Amino acid sequence: MSEPGPAAPVTLATPATPATPANGVAGGSKRSAGLPGYLAGRLVAAAVSFLVTLVIGFVIFNLMPADPVRTLTRGRPTSEAQLEQLRLQLGLDDPVWMRFLSFLKDTLTGELGYSWQFQQPVASLVGERLGPTLLLMGTAAAVSIVLGLWLGVHSGWRHGGALDRVASAASLTLWSVPTFWLGMILLVLCIGIFPAGGMSDPALNATGFDYVIDVANHLVLPCLTMVLVVFAQYVTIMRSSIIDELGSPYLLTARAKGLTDAEVRRRHAVPNALLPSVTVIFMHLGTLVSGAITVEAVYSWPGLGHLTYEALKIPDLPLLQGTFIVFSASVIIMNLLADLVYRLLDPRVRAA
Amino acid sequence: MSPLLEVRDLTVTYRPDVRAVRGVGFTLDAGQTLGVAGESGSGKSTMALGLLRLLAPGARVTGEVRYRGEDLLTARWSRLRAVRWAGASVVFQGAMSALNPVRAIGEQIAEPILLHERVSRREARKRAAELLDKVGVPAARAGDFPHEFSGGQRQRVMIAMALACRPELIIADEPTTALDAVVQAQVLELLSELVRDAGIAVIMISHDLSVLAGTCDRLAVMYAGRLVEIGPSKRLVGQAAHPYTEALCRAFPVIGDPASRYAPAGLPGDPPRLTEQLPGCAFAPRCPHAGDACRTEPVSLRPAGPDHLAACLRVPEGEPA
Amino acid sequence: MRALLKRPAGLAGLAVLAVLGLLALAAPLFIGPDQLDVTRVDGPRLSPPVDGYPLGTDQAGRSILLLTIWGARESLAIGLIATVLTVLLGSAVGLLAGHYPGRVGNALMHVTDWFIALPSLPLAISLSAVLGQGAASITIAIAVTSWTATARLVRAQTLAVEARPFVERARALGAGNAQIMLRQVLPNVLPLILVSSTLTVASAILSEATLTFLGLGDPTSVTWGAMLQMAFSGGAVTAGAWWYLLPPGIAILLVVLGFTLTGRAVEHVLNPRMVS
Repeated sequence: MSEPGPAAPVTLATPATPATPANGVAGGSKRSAGLPGYLAGRLVAAAVSFLVTLVIGFVIFNLMPADPVRTLTRGRPTSEAQLEQLRLQLGLDDPVWMRFLSFLKDTLTGELGYSWQFQQPVASLVGERLGPTLLLMGTAAAVSIVLGLWLGVHSGWRHGGALDRVASAASLTLWSVPTFWLGMILLVLCIGIFPAGGMSDPALNATGFDYVIDVANHLVLPCLTMVLVVFAQYVTIMRSSIIDELGSPYLLTARAKGLTDAEVRRRHAVPNALLPSVTVIFMHLGTLVSGAITVEAVYSWPGLGHLTYEALKIPDLPLLQGTFIVFSASVIIMNLLADLVYRLLDPRVRAA
Repeated sequence: MSPLLEVRDLTVTYRPDVRAVRGVGFTLDAGQTLGVAGESGSGKSTMALGLLRLLAPGARVTGEVRYRGEDLLTARWSRLRAVRWAGASVVFQGAMSALNPVRAIGEQIAEPILLHERVSRREARKRAAELLDKVGVPAARAGDFPHEFSGGQRQRVMIAMALACRPELIIADEPTTALDAVVQAQVLELLSELVRDAGIAVIMISHDLSVLAGTCDRLAVMYAGRLVEIGPSKRLVGQAAHPYTEALCRAFPVIGDPASRYAPAGLPGDPPRLTEQLPGCAFAPRCPHAGDACRTEPVSLRPAGPDHLAACLRVPEGEPA
Repeated sequence: MRALLKRPAGLAGLAVLAVLGLLALAAPLFIGPDQLDVTRVDGPRLSPPVDGYPLGTDQAGRSILLLTIWGARESLAIGLIATVLTVLLGSAVGLLAGHYPGRVGNALMHVTDWFIALPSLPLAISLSAVLGQGAASITIAIAVTSWTATARLVRAQTLAVEARPFVERARALGAGNAQIMLRQVLPNVLPLILVSSTLTVASAILSEATLTFLGLGDPTSVTWGAMLQMAFSGGAVTAGAWWYLLPPGIAILLVVLGFTLTGRAVEHVLNPRMVS
């Protein structure tokens, strides 16, 4: 029985070498025999994870603040009567379990609360800002993955060589600085070359293709910042995967067939090394979301991360709660996708 | 007729001072089967892989390996790659992961065909299916993956793969070691039949003398990186000239040989470390017949019978082989 | 110890940490409150390096060099305290989970897994926002988001150690649970915790910088993160004030590298079979 919770993908990433007894599985393939069952199991696990996230979110945002109405009205003179009224309005006098249940109901129906700052439902704010974040993250993820995998393959194939050492040193250095600092440095370096912030230039009033170019122009620096910080992870993942494959006998078979070194690497080593990497890559995609917070803050990129940053100023608790739930959900979804993709790609796991 | 393969003074050293193969030489004619026996660490696999320069980059290989007159050790890389598989292919232990786990076996068999010959994908797949049939694996399973087969079937797939480009020589490295006795016999019989029909020469490596004696015309015995005896298998099994070969025969009883019916005697001691120089006979410390000269004088292969050489001082040095 | 000295990367890391640590400790000797208080300084505002201010000044006229050195104190303090909390929490959970592998252990590991599933920055931000601004809430937030790695490590090691015969012997001789955990398991787990701690400090310092930058820190504090936050909100970026941005970032880089390299070196020394 599979262990529920997101730890499962980690164990899948390094599957136990499938049992190969001398007289093992003979006979026809049973490829997608268990897929629906597997899918159902993973969905249940993801649902449980999400539920736990909601509990933790509830605890943090509703039970911990000493007095939410005081926090809410911080800095604004309010009478005791008004505070009492607010408490009644927010249902703060109800017993905990009742508040949790109504919280649960609200969240699951998409009712994420009302932002104090923006005077708007949190859900609509999230809806507005989701697109830009997906654009930024999607582009950054794609570039990082391609760059990271390529560097990882070549670093690992000749590990200890020049490329390996340079890539490792660069990765370590880039990991050791805060993301937002890199963003600021890039901004200073590129004053006048690239826009200093935002997603598009309001003065331009561009439409259609011009708008796309304008957004792309604004996308360069934030995307570059994210890539610099994140690609190192993918290099590491792919590099260690390739190194794991290096000693495998089937590579010797491939060489004996007369394939060139590059062909052996490309056709045999890389596909095998990609498998465990895919799972970890998807899991890391989930954390990319959090990385977006600092980058969007630095570049005033109008996404979920920037929304969170602005929410911290009051602090706008309902909005923070909303973004917390959205971020957590995205991680859970990514982990779920990771499991599924691995399952679909690895012929050994498929038949299991 | 010139021999198919002529090996002279093949030496393989790993840095800093590990001499895995020391001055091995032999010839192989077309269609001949040669078994190479020896315990672990004797250098037999290293020697076989060294023939096609398949060893790790840290290995230094010297000597001559003439395949149809052409020295593979000094050949250009592209020439070597052309000879690989199309001239000489390899059967590895398929039970372990010598097959790519994430590609279908049909594809893996077709791969060298597409590499070495100008044929269409369809043609290559057709030939792969035919090869599977030949080795007794249903061609319908060409789309299955290695883990879906048993050990014996995987070994057959490896044989099919080795035959794909119609080579003149097959090097079989421990082809049956991980298999149980019944399956082992089946696979060996299959291999013998196929190479006989096609006139393919075979170099078969094993630590199990009984396997080799049953399938190969000639036997070569290696110890501590050196070739210590080589000759017709029937002669070596019954009338071994080298004490080590005798010991090996006792350890692996050969079915049909009455002398093996007695309990095999173990060999005391361990093989020498490969970093040692070994001036005299490497086997001297463990040899029941060793004399003083054995430990200090270098021993070369000398004739011990028709087409039979042994590197032992007890064999009188006659005309050079 | 000798083996550690043979590794150049580790040595470099240790050297950097030693220098920065000394600076941090000695800072009060040559930096007084006058130089840090925005109301009491009189240097040029947001000036690039000039005479008397080798690294320039901030918007209030304070010397960046002195701020950076003082920042070492506060940043390292938060980093170390957060690490201590993390390690205590993580080790406790790991030890218990490993020692009672049945229902207790499973339950604890489930909890750990749930925490691992939560995205760390949003979690830290939420906790910190709810607890109010300040160093304390940042420290707690870091601990809550970092303890899981230590917990898993300690649990694995506890299971490994308890499988060894000498623990069985202790049990047979009547040793109680607490005794086994504290006297048999803990000493064997400590080296691993040490390695894990150095890496935890590195990430704690990065986290502190991030959380402070986002506005969750004490506004009067002078950590490197705070410096960068003030630089950002004070328009240092658009003004091109590289002297304000580089020193705190490079300081963070040096400290994080220092701890990471030292941690890796110690790891290699303790476990020579590891492939880098």
